[in-house]
Amino acid sequence: MKNRKILVLFSAFTLIFLFFISVKLYKKYEIKRLGFLAKENFSTFVRNYSPKLGSDHAKIYLIEFLDPECESCRDFYPYIKQLMSEHEGKIKLVVRYAPLHENSKFAVKILEASRNQNKYWETLELLFRYQPIWGSHHNPRPDLIWAYLPEIGVDVEKIKKDMNSSQIELLIEQDINDANELGVKKTPTFFVNGTPLKQFGFQYLQDAIEYELRD
Amino acid sequence: MKANGDRANIGWALIFTCWLLASIATLGSLFFSEIMNFSSCVLCWYQRICMYPLVLIFLSGIFPFDKKVLRFSFPLVFVGWMIAVYHNLLYYKILPESIAPCSQGVSCTTVYIEWFGFITIPFLSLAVFSFLLILLTITYRKVD
Repeated sequence: MKNRKILVLFSAFTLIFLFFISVKLYKKYEIKRLGFLAKENFSTFVRNYSPKLGSDHAKIYLIEFLDPECESCRDFYPYIKQLMSEHEGKIKLVVRYAPLHENSKFAVKILEASRNQNKYWETLELLFRYQPIWGSHHNPRPDLIWAYLPEIGVDVEKIKKDMNSSQIELLIEQDINDANELGVKKTPTFFVNGTPLKQFGFQYLQDAIEYELRD
Repeated sequence: MKANGDRANIGWALIFTCWLLASIATLGSLFFSEIMNFSSCVLCWYQRICMYPLVLIFLSGIFPFDKKVLRFSFPLVFVGWMIAVYHNLLYYKILPESIAPCSQGVSCTTVYIEWFGFITIPFLSLAVFSFLLILLTITYRKVD
């Protein structure tokens, strides 16, 4: 009986130990692989058409794969703004899309169409602000976005016309392809100069940015 | 009396093996979903529902060994095995996917891994459930 208990305990520990070793090895492998990809394949992370915020001379490209309908992206947004003002001129935010929710594509199309009126960031903030209402899980009402848009002074009719352009369709498709290639399966996913975060979380993002800024 | 003891020993070893298999399958599936970030499809979830409790059921069944563990584990193993068979039939396109119950979220035929050309996640699941079914049958024959 005693031997059996030892056998089971030993097996359990071995399995759990192997599990954590694999986690470590896998993460190391992923970080290495993507770091390599960043050099070889910068454009997978940063496309010419992607919306960018911040100085052209910024040392850090902060690439965020986001979804206007994702709550965590909404929660993270103020922190990103804070990071950017803390390190003014050093961070360039690049927005990529990973539309994972039901109405994400619809929202992304509106967002992209707002660029023609130079209201991109205002629209993004508006979408995040009202997200709990239009993007509610139980009763999503994307049509409500039309009612919010006048608040920031955009021409709604023009958006309705512009949002169905094939260019926007292609852009979303390319972003989805790039997201797949980079292994983005959740939003928001951040890459700091092409390196993924060690773990998801604001602290990890801050650490990664400070690490890149250190020299 | 001695024969009884032998039988219990064999039973213990067999159920212990079942426990090992179920634990490996559980940790493995958690690795796929939590570490590699593969989203689980509906059928995978049903199989997980059958697999995860087995770890605890087998464990309670071997301390001390109680042949009733067969009665408690068999329904889960059998249901899990049935779902795994169905999933593999879909996955290898023997059944058309249009009748699959997963129209939203991740498709049940999304290929995440393919080791050596034939080892896929649904295949691994079917393999473990099949092994469990065989081991339980042997245990039943030996112990009962």
